[in-house]
Amino acid sequence: MTTGTTTMTKETILKVEHLSMKFGGLMAINDFSFEAKRGEITALIGPNGAGKTTVFNCITGFYKPTMGMITLSRSNGKELLLERLRDFEINKVAGVSRTFQNIRLFSGLTVLENLLVAQHNVLMKASGYTILGLLGLPTYKNAAKAAIEKAEYWLNKADLTDRADDPAGDLSYGAQRRLEIARAMCTSPELLCLDEPAAGLNPKESLTLNALLRDIRDEGTSLLLIEHDMSVVMEISDHVVVLEYGQKISDGTPDHVKNDPRVIAAYLGVEDDEVEEIEEKLDKGIIEEGAV
Amino acid sequence: MAYTTENNQSGLMAKAIKEGIFAGLIAFGMFLLFVGIETYQDINNQLVWRTRWGLLAVFVAVAAIGRFVTVGFIKPHLDARKLAKAKTGVLEISDKKSFFHRHFLKIALVFLLCYPFLAMLIVGRQGSLKYVDNFGIQILIYVMLAWGLNIVVGLAGLLDLGYVAFYAVGAYSYALLSSYFGFSFWLLLPMAGILAALWGVILGFPVLRLRGDYLAIVTLAFGEIIRLVLINWTDVTRGTFGVSGIAKASFFGIWSFDVGAANNFNKAWGLPSSSVYYKMFLFYIILALCMLTAYVTIRLRRMPIGRAWEALREDEIACRSLGINTVTTKLTAFATGAMFGGFAGSFFAARQGFVSPESFVFLESAVILAIVVLGGMGSLTGIAIAAVVMVGGTELLREMEFLKHIFGPDFTPELYRMLLFGLAMIIVMLFKPRGFVGTREPTAFLKERKAVSGSFTKEGHG
Repeated sequence: MTTGTTTMTKETILKVEHLSMKFGGLMAINDFSFEAKRGEITALIGPNGAGKTTVFNCITGFYKPTMGMITLSRSNGKELLLERLRDFEINKVAGVSRTFQNIRLFSGLTVLENLLVAQHNVLMKASGYTILGLLGLPTYKNAAKAAIEKAEYWLNKADLTDRADDPAGDLSYGAQRRLEIARAMCTSPELLCLDEPAAGLNPKESLTLNALLRDIRDEGTSLLLIEHDMSVVMEISDHVVVLEYGQKISDGTPDHVKNDPRVIAAYLGVEDDEVEEIEEKLDKGIIEEGAV
Repeated sequence: MAYTTENNQSGLMAKAIKEGIFAGLIAFGMFLLFVGIETYQDINNQLVWRTRWGLLAVFVAVAAIGRFVTVGFIKPHLDARKLAKAKTGVLEISDKKSFFHRHFLKIALVFLLCYPFLAMLIVGRQGSLKYVDNFGIQILIYVMLAWGLNIVVGLAGLLDLGYVAFYAVGAYSYALLSSYFGFSFWLLLPMAGILAALWGVILGFPVLRLRGDYLAIVTLAFGEIIRLVLINWTDVTRGTFGVSGIAKASFFGIWSFDVGAANNFNKAWGLPSSSVYYKMFLFYIILALCMLTAYVTIRLRRMPIGRAWEALREDEIACRSLGINTVTTKLTAFATGAMFGGFAGSFFAARQGFVSPESFVFLESAVILAIVVLGGMGSLTGIAIAAVVMVGGTELLREMEFLKHIFGPDFTPELYRMLLFGLAMIIVMLFKPRGFVGTREPTAFLKERKAVSGSFTKEGHG
């Protein structure tokens, strides 16, 4: 586990400032700010209905936030305001890629085709926006070959090489999750956003997923993930942000967050025995007054 | 039924008789007003009615006996065969395909290339006119239209109920530009395609933010708007009278097919004067246009744009998350489909020599869409087969004289065209719910090309 000591030196890749999102009269997110560092795994956690997916949808362009600024710094030094980009440009221009809570694969296409569709923009350019490709020029052929190689690389990482020619809808649930991550990685993102990647996985699959995510981080892609499965969050995250009722209640290393009484209260609720426990801790001076 | 006993057998018969009577009753209820009663005009031009009990009895009997035979004999036989097969352990799908199956496309292409000559050899020069024109050209026009619509509906999953509008744009582009400016067919063919594509884009821009049923309704409206403009803009289109005397296509400008022309094709080649040579020439043009459509579709499917179309059909939101601009992707699908509709339209105008808004009614859109769905969305082979069945079937009904022996001498099979059509479609959809070819060929593969079962592909939501 990487500890928070090195985070200060790392540069910020994603900066969310004063983000608010209103649905009619409901304030789903209220003045939420956090930062994600380059080369780290940042986890966004919180109880059900806390607004995690809404934050995600704002970052990845599926919602336009009511207020706030989302700045993405690319490795070439360019700074982009994500809330001003159109939905598909978030991936194309800003290099932010995402997966979905309810898996969204192209189930009628094969596994390999799913990964090729993800390389659409690169291939489109190589094929001269289809015209040169239709004429059969070698630039497109080479690009197509490179695309298949890249797909193979990620198939290998996601342990799906044997299933490459099967329809994506035919894969098991765990394999579909891995494929969705592989597909997102085929767009060569700088920031990969995962919406509950471990949902519905068994413990063994969860472990493989952890390995895959660490692998992705070590190759230089920053990750932002929403997760319920604490074994995943605590195991692999470098930095955890906790959200409750649209507001940030804690922010720091996994250890810090784990021991934050506000987080414990938010997750477990404050039941009778819980109250005693927290009072006990208050007596011992572990947490400061007024936190609960 | 391996355990069939006497008791079981008699129970089956009782069930078959019961279901047969039931089917007969339903048929009686359904056809009583449709078939049992006929209205006609008498000598004073008054509308009167008479009964046709005999014909009604035939309809009811066909339904009752059909049901009885299906339940009593065909179904047990099929079940027994399935059971026997399952017992011997023979898989339904064998890897070895027959020679015909493997080389189906090549055989079909060779047959099509020889078809006009075969028709001429078998039924003579004048007799072949019907086979080349009514069957050959007519079917191929629909094949081309359906393949064009396939790009929009089958690949991109955008339900377009107004495809005939682009067919009309192509036809009128040729008809008007050739009569007003005297441009030739070979210049106007690409121009008609481009104009239709342009209309596709113009329609697409405001409409493609809609999805599913809403998109279907708006495209339907667009088809009607084009038709109404053609009817009402009488100064240019001559309204319901249509444009007649449209120039024929020439043999690439070298020979003409006009009878009076100095460079008449038949004269130049020393052939007897007959319109059959022109029809044969048209047959090869539309065949070439069909091949072009198929070639472009196959190539485009392997391009990023084609894959994006199919991805769009599967999941639009996922497409956007992968950086695919869904608006331009939809527009290109619309424009490409419209372009082929425009080609087919200009060919139609040249072949017919006459266009009127009558040819571009909603029914045409429905027939083209039915061909695409019946063939299996996305499959070129399936769609071609469906076009042969649907269009060829309609033409064939005119030839079905033997039906008169069953239904009586005044039975005119053409009048029951739509009824039989509906019946045929229901039957096909019951047994082949994904169309004739329900599987999808992948556009790329790592080790082996495996067809994707239709149960995984989606129809698209607009």
